[in-house]
Amino acid sequence: MVVRGEVARGTTVPEKAPAARTNRPSRAADILVPVLSILGALVLWEAVSRAGLISTNDLPSMTTTMQELWSMMQTATFWKDFAYTVRGWALGLLIATVLAVPIGIVLGSSELAGRAFRVPIEFLRPIPSAVLIPLLFLTLGTSLKSEVFLAAFGAFWPLLVQTIYGVRDVDPIALDTARCFGVGRLERLRRITLPSALPYIMTGVRISSTVSLILAFTAELFMGTPGLGQAMNYAQAYGLNDQLYALAIAAGFLGLAVHFAMTALERRVLHWHPSQRLEAV
Amino acid sequence: MSRRVYSSIAVGAEILVPLLILALWQLWTVQADSDHFPRLSTILVEFKDMWLFSEFSTHVVPSLVRISLGFGIAVVAGIALGIPIGLSEWTRKLAMPHIEYWRAMPPPALLPISIVLLHDIGDKQKVAFIAFFCLFPVLLNTIDGVRSIDRTLVDTARSYRIPRRERIRRIVLPAALPQIVAGMRTSLALAVIMMVLAEYFSSTSGVGYVLLISKNTFEMGPMWAAILLIGLLGYVLNLAFLLAERRALAWHRGWRASTPL
Repeated sequence: MVVRGEVARGTTVPEKAPAARTNRPSRAADILVPVLSILGALVLWEAVSRAGLISTNDLPSMTTTMQELWSMMQTATFWKDFAYTVRGWALGLLIATVLAVPIGIVLGSSELAGRAFRVPIEFLRPIPSAVLIPLLFLTLGTSLKSEVFLAAFGAFWPLLVQTIYGVRDVDPIALDTARCFGVGRLERLRRITLPSALPYIMTGVRISSTVSLILAFTAELFMGTPGLGQAMNYAQAYGLNDQLYALAIAAGFLGLAVHFAMTALERRVLHWHPSQRLEAV
Repeated sequence: MSRRVYSSIAVGAEILVPLLILALWQLWTVQADSDHFPRLSTILVEFKDMWLFSEFSTHVVPSLVRISLGFGIAVVAGIALGIPIGLSEWTRKLAMPHIEYWRAMPPPALLPISIVLLHDIGDKQKVAFIAFFCLFPVLLNTIDGVRSIDRTLVDTARSYRIPRRERIRRIVLPAALPQIVAGMRTSLALAVIMMVLAEYFSSTSGVGYVLLISKNTFEMGPMWAAILLIGLLGYVLNLAFLLAERRALAWHRGWRASTPL
């Protein structure tokens, strides 16, 4: 119940587009309007900066920023930092998944285990992972280990909760039927519990992937583990505002890429599931 | 084993396991005798000394003010923007690229920029930062809630010539409210995180600031006390919100059906 917002975001079945509504944009507008909207925003940015509404030092113009981003993208340093951030994100998500899914299955399928750990989970889950930064800084230092630990810790909770909910939501009749037919425990898990819980788990993976990226970035910015976040920290320390903005834009695109990749993965893994099939219509 | 025995074992486990974890924590920290992991009892004493209530007004109150202002602005802006975007496909086409991009942005990436842009490390920058990132769950849930309103309802209201303002106030808003509230709860949890990030990055007051200073001075007691406080803050705010939600949405049938009580 607690995660309804998140579940709703992930698994709502999109409504079918109303067939003939008078003010519905046409196919061409489907592509044209968003593109024009983005272009408009970029032009507005350029205009605000050029007109001096905000000084070019505080807000470098759009063209300057894009040029900076372009020239940064020619350097190996940028791509190394990029790869470090991606590595922190991927390892964090991987470790979180490997831990959260089995634990979630156990806690979800056994009422006793679920209730025994309900209070600790309810208490630990809302704790902002960022509070661990100083502790990790002093214990593990500015190593990859701290970054991955932070990312995995943050990504663990949404995935755990989603898995527990998914396993609890398995149709009990299907399980009982299988039991009557003498289907073994492992086989029941593989054929019934896991497939039924998969949409929840995939939503959890998607939420956790965002969390993992944010925390990998946070670790770099705050603790100085190498990556895009650390590059931003340097840019700020030396007052290189062009670079600061360019790096933020790059971070935004990385976030967008993660989001799209995870949505695509979800669709692929769940291609057989009604919530995904409807979308194709 | 009978049902009653089983359920009493479950209740027992629900109470005993958390206590056991706390006891193990205490035992482990006593045995480890580490500087980084002070005894649980030491942390609790530190917690009492700091937060009850000598430093409450200097550090906890500013953080709470920032959270509530940022959250409040985000909720108002999220609903105000979400309704027109949800109602019209054209505005949705215009707005979605921007919403998709900014909500994918890792929040810490905008921390240095918020300081450069606003020339401030005080309340203005903190509130703006919190509000910006708390906006998205409310906004997206409002859009989604408004979109999934039963068309017949809206069309009926239109045929009765109910003016637009009234339609929004009496039909659109109540229908979308359960989902808006779900978004608000996500936002509230986010507000605490954003508060910690913003204060830990640069500030002169707040619980994030205490965290930063105690790290810089290697004072593990205050640091753990701050960690505990922020954890409690997240927990209590979520709980308070759930209780408020239960009251505010008591009329909502879907909510009642989905809540075993």
